Amino acid sequence: MSTVYIPMLSFTDAAKTALADTQLRRNLGKATQTIRTKRAEVVHEMEDWQGLREAGRAIKERTLRHLDHYLLELEQSVQRAGGHVHWARDAAEACQIVTRLVQQHGTSEVVKVKSMTTEEIGLNEALAEAQITAFETDLAELIIQLANEKSSHILVPAIHKNRSEIREIFLDNLAPEHVAGLTDVPADLARAARSHLRQKFLSAKVAISGANFAVAETGTVCVVESEGNGRMCLTLPPVLISVMGIEKLIPTWQDFEVFMQLLPRSSTGERMNPYTTFWTGVAASDGPQEFHLVLLDNGRINTLADEIGRQALNCIRCSACLNICPVYERTGGHAYNSVYPGPIGAILTPQLVGTEHAASLPFASSLCGACYEVCPVKINIPEVLVHLRAKVVRQHQKERRVHTYEYQEGVVMKALSYIFSNRRRYEAAQRLARIGQLPFVHGGKIDALPGKLAGWTTVRDLRPVPQQSFRDWWRKRQAQGGSTAEGVRS
Amino acid sequence: MSDVQQIGDARSTMLGQIRAALRDVPPTERPEDVPVARDYQQHSTAAREAIIEQFIEFTVDYKAIVHRVREAELAHEIALICQARKLSRLIVPDDLPEAWLAEIKERAEIDTRADSRTDPLSNENLDASDGVLTGCALAIAQTGTIILDSGAYQGRRAITLVPDYHLCVVFTDQIVGIVPEAIRALHPTIVQERRPLTFISGPSATSDIELNRVEGVHGPRTLEVIVVERDPAATS
Repeated sequence: MSTVYIPMLSFTDAAKTALADTQLRRNLGKATQTIRTKRAEVVHEMEDWQGLREAGRAIKERTLRHLDHYLLELEQSVQRAGGHVHWARDAAEACQIVTRLVQQHGTSEVVKVKSMTTEEIGLNEALAEAQITAFETDLAELIIQLANEKSSHILVPAIHKNRSEIREIFLDNLAPEHVAGLTDVPADLARAARSHLRQKFLSAKVAISGANFAVAETGTVCVVESEGNGRMCLTLPPVLISVMGIEKLIPTWQDFEVFMQLLPRSSTGERMNPYTTFWTGVAASDGPQEFHLVLLDNGRINTLADEIGRQALNCIRCSACLNICPVYERTGGHAYNSVYPGPIGAILTPQLVGTEHAASLPFASSLCGACYEVCPVKINIPEVLVHLRAKVVRQHQKERRVHTYEYQEGVVMKALSYIFSNRRRYEAAQRLARIGQLPFVHGGKIDALPGKLAGWTTVRDLRPVPQQSFRDWWRKRQAQGGSTAEGVRS
Repeated sequence: MSDVQQIGDARSTMLGQIRAALRDVPPTERPEDVPVARDYQQHSTAAREAIIEQFIEFTVDYKAIVHRVREAELAHEIALICQARKLSRLIVPDDLPEAWLAEIKERAEIDTRADSRTDPLSNENLDASDGVLTGCALAIAQTGTIILDSGAYQGRRAITLVPDYHLCVVFTDQIVGIVPEAIRALHPTIVQERRPLTFISGPSATSDIELNRVEGVHGPRTLEVIVVERDPAATS
């Protein structure tokens, strides 16, 4: 077993459902626009932004090219600081490790900090199977968990819910003392969540978190957050278990001078997020006295093996690419059917689970390149998308999956390349097309192509093949002895 | 298969697969051979006063309340603020300078509780308090950030987290201009002492509901800062 989030529907089909939900589109439109504007403002404050981006990219490249070296260094540093390190090849193994650790402490409740990695491995479900209840403590995650739904945005997972929906969810699911007289004013809703979770924080024995970064040199792990639920989980319970993808490493403490500038500005559009906690193993009489770090592969090493696709592992999960993406803005996160939505998800998910399980995702983009421009670690998302598209097509060709769009497009492209590579064949095709297109040309344009080609003309018109090509005109001109004026007029 | 074996297997399998995945990296290449150009600002070029003003501006921008006083006025300012907020139970780290609390103690309206690593207050005790008063390790002007490193006058992390109100004293000479200066200054704390760090930029906040910013979720809902000009005659 590798992952729990293999897309069941193709992106195109899932997107149709999302596009029909006007409330979702309104929420998303407002949200992405707001964050985009905020990000642009605080990025504009930084004269050395491009230098920081380049340094961020280079540090990640250095880390990934020597990942084995840095992982061993991290393991040593964490152990030296009094922490324990576990290695997990896949989701099942990681869940097993965490479940066993929780059971060893004889508790059936844990508090959790929002973490995409634990969502990726389906940890809450695995814990539930072992009769352990995981309380999500991030406000949005709490809403999602209570509503029994999946997150739709990396950063603001409940972006698709409005205030009255949230109030309903709280009234239905929280104890009466926390929701007495609850209105739908955001501050009031936040107060209900605070009241609901406070006792959990104060009494929990075990906390589970992800990790934004871990430093190989020192063993320092870092969680970046806003609400303080992270600090609560990372400080109060006596045992802390952090699950971290192996790519979240950075080599040295100094590297934080780059990432602590890139991440908050790209992510929430703040100069700095409200709270960041850095911890190095265990500290005497301060915070958890037992610390476990679980290093997770779950498809990351496969991604590392692809020299072009590898850069997807640079990602620091800021979500700037989601907020800028014209496709994401309209379809939202659910259409990607993955923990990782948006442009980064379109290149990360197929690599983590294998392109055969997420073949439609690399096509969920117009290749406009805006995601590359805002990426704080310069992941060339369009380049990886094109690379993965080629992989999908080659795979379908190899397996002769003739019914798939990708296969058929491949056949068409091959035929076109045969025709276009020879003048005689090309001109013969033009002559054929001039006759063949006749039934479809209306008022000088083709607005509805038949059969499989209809997809192209549902959203745009096509220019017909002209009656005279440049070559025809040139040949005629040469035959007539060549007059420039004549040429210009025609 | 025993757990120890399984973990050993996972570790060696993963490391082996990583090395195989990186077959394009020449075996002679060392990590430092991959160039990292640090072509960004390393030092602030702003004047001292401008740095202090920027810190105040950006801290206020993130909804903290900021006062600015001379060191000689600190005890008085603390007493005024506590009075205005009607605090009756105030947590302090046990190494907080007596001088800071001089006026509070004179007025005897406020019960100050000292927390220490050897004699820590319970979480419930912290939760039942009205607030906490601490110093800090450093502050960053460029981002309006206060940094706690569990060092002098700061106590353990729980005391600045559980109470609903945090009053923090920042000396002007603790304010650095930009992020890289702070990270550099923290290097010894991290490498030699491995102390936990907390970066605080304004009170806790969420924008999870329709992207409306709400100050105060789980951490202290109010952050108040006293920026203090050190008095050469009265150095604590």
